[in-house]
Amino acid sequence: MGERERRTILLGSRRVGIFVPKAQVMSAAEVRRALTRMTHEIAERNQGGSEVVVVGLQTGGVPLAQKLAATFEEIEGSSVFLGSLDVALYRDDIGLRPVLPEATTYIPCDITGKVVVLVDDVIYTGRTVRAALGALGDFGRPKAVQLAVMVDRGHRELPIRPDFVGKNLPTRRDEMVDVSLEGVVIGDLFER
Amino acid sequence: MSDPFLHNLLSIEDLGEEGIAKVIALADVFAEVNKRAIPKVPALRGKTVALAFFEDSTRTRLSFETAARRLSADTITLGKTGSSLNKGESIRDTVRTLEAIGADCLVIRHPCAGVPEQVARWTNISVVNAGDGWHEHPTQALIDCYTLVNMRRLGWPEEDVTGNSRTSESLGSQGESPSPREHAPEELPLRGIKIGIVGDIKHSRVARSDSIAFSRLGAQVVLVSTPPLLPTSLSFWPVEVVHDLDSVIGDLDVLYLLRIQTERGGGRVIPTLREYSLLYALNSSRRALLPRHALIMHPGPVNRGVEVSYDLVDAPSSLVLKQVANGVPIRMAVLYMLLAASGGLQLDSDASLSTAMTHVETGEWMAYSEDTEHRSSGSSTPSVSGQAGERAGV
Repeated sequence: MGERERRTILLGSRRVGIFVPKAQVMSAAEVRRALTRMTHEIAERNQGGSEVVVVGLQTGGVPLAQKLAATFEEIEGSSVFLGSLDVALYRDDIGLRPVLPEATTYIPCDITGKVVVLVDDVIYTGRTVRAALGALGDFGRPKAVQLAVMVDRGHRELPIRPDFVGKNLPTRRDEMVDVSLEGVVIGDLFER
Repeated sequence: MSDPFLHNLLSIEDLGEEGIAKVIALADVFAEVNKRAIPKVPALRGKTVALAFFEDSTRTRLSFETAARRLSADTITLGKTGSSLNKGESIRDTVRTLEAIGADCLVIRHPCAGVPEQVARWTNISVVNAGDGWHEHPTQALIDCYTLVNMRRLGWPEEDVTGNSRTSESLGSQGESPSPREHAPEELPLRGIKIGIVGDIKHSRVARSDSIAFSRLGAQVVLVSTPPLLPTSLSFWPVEVVHDLDSVIGDLDVLYLLRIQTERGGGRVIPTLREYSLLYALNSSRRALLPRHALIMHPGPVNRGVEVSYDLVDAPSSLVLKQVANGVPIRMAVLYMLLAASGGLQLDSDASLSTAMTHVETGEWMAYSEDTEHRSSGSSTPSVSGQAGERAGV
């Protein structure tokens, strides 16, 4: 579990709970290897990826997408488009999650006819991805949309399945998974 | 304002400096939406915004309507003609009718000061003041602040920004080029800027709201006009008053021009519009006295040839059309703040702009399952943290 400590979870300015970590399930090296493997899979699936646009979902998916795009360039020697997407305005539970001003949406090119690889840290109910698909439709008509996640924690509520997964991690609903490039930690969220 | 969620926007004082900063931050989000191929988001789907304009309007009504529709809200519009007010129905009954029809928000403009505030007491739906008589026009003040803050982000006044270039955009938390974090949060975004508001101050709701908002953001405001066009008491305004435009024009960073409000009697208290023009209008000889970097603003509608000469409205240093364009994202931000279930952005007294920007640590942790939703809605009962008594004075 290392240096990870319990900390307050903020939603905007609202304090909603305390995250108490209980186990580290992936180390930084394991996250890096998983990302490298997923990058190879993405390159293989898309024949090198000249038409690939990597889009990180705000906020957890963005650093992973940046790392993934950098790894992609190392492997293939060619660059990919890199963007970010905030889906707060598209959620079916609008208002539960306030818009965070720093969670910017930036789509680097016209995505029509391209392959968009959505990158997120955790897939859970699938509702974020559903919202992201709706948001992408407002930018253009991609040839295909693929989904890469570091952790699949189950409990899907929608018919959505990731294409590239770092780790399948069965969880309880009251648990919380924290993903960063430094590793993956599972813990409990105590709401206040 | 004991409610930590903003429910009404009746006066710019409902927001304070923190609230203004948050509206601006949210407007950045919606400015990006407006640049998309399909500039529309489902954020307010199912909400109905009623636009009750009991006084003429072009910009405000159209941009509120556009803002509501780009958020996927439905709009219903009521004008001063064509409604049952002409048959003797009272405003109160009209408002109750709109409420009964199912409006979630009422955007109201009225020639009498205080009508929006009175209406807000009669109804539980959110009320937005879109201009009430000589009193206030808070969304115009937000637009003007946003317009100037955007200029500052581009380097103005140190750099010449009259070309419309926008710098390159980058990804991630640094965000698009106008990042709200370019200024440290404790640094007021308009500090050091001197703004001269010139014209019919007395009858101008824009002058009142702008004076408050600009000074809240750190700007120095000078009102320039002839005594008949100034309010009788200015002791509570955070401003300096000057009667001679030419004595201050050389120090101004912004020249904010106002129209003579003839419909409110502004034309009757001065001898002739021609004399007014000679003393206070922006013409080419006064343009030469203005510093090179100075910007020209006007809330519209412009009476060309009266407060400003014909060609100068379209000068590169004129922000008039930028102000109009910024009306849409600002009004989207306001409607979203009032109508999104969480209040969009929360207005805690202890919440600074920087805490509002704290990352949610992981994406999916907030279980969107039914049971959690119950808990969330239960625990979202606002913990009323007393609004710091910073609202006095202006």
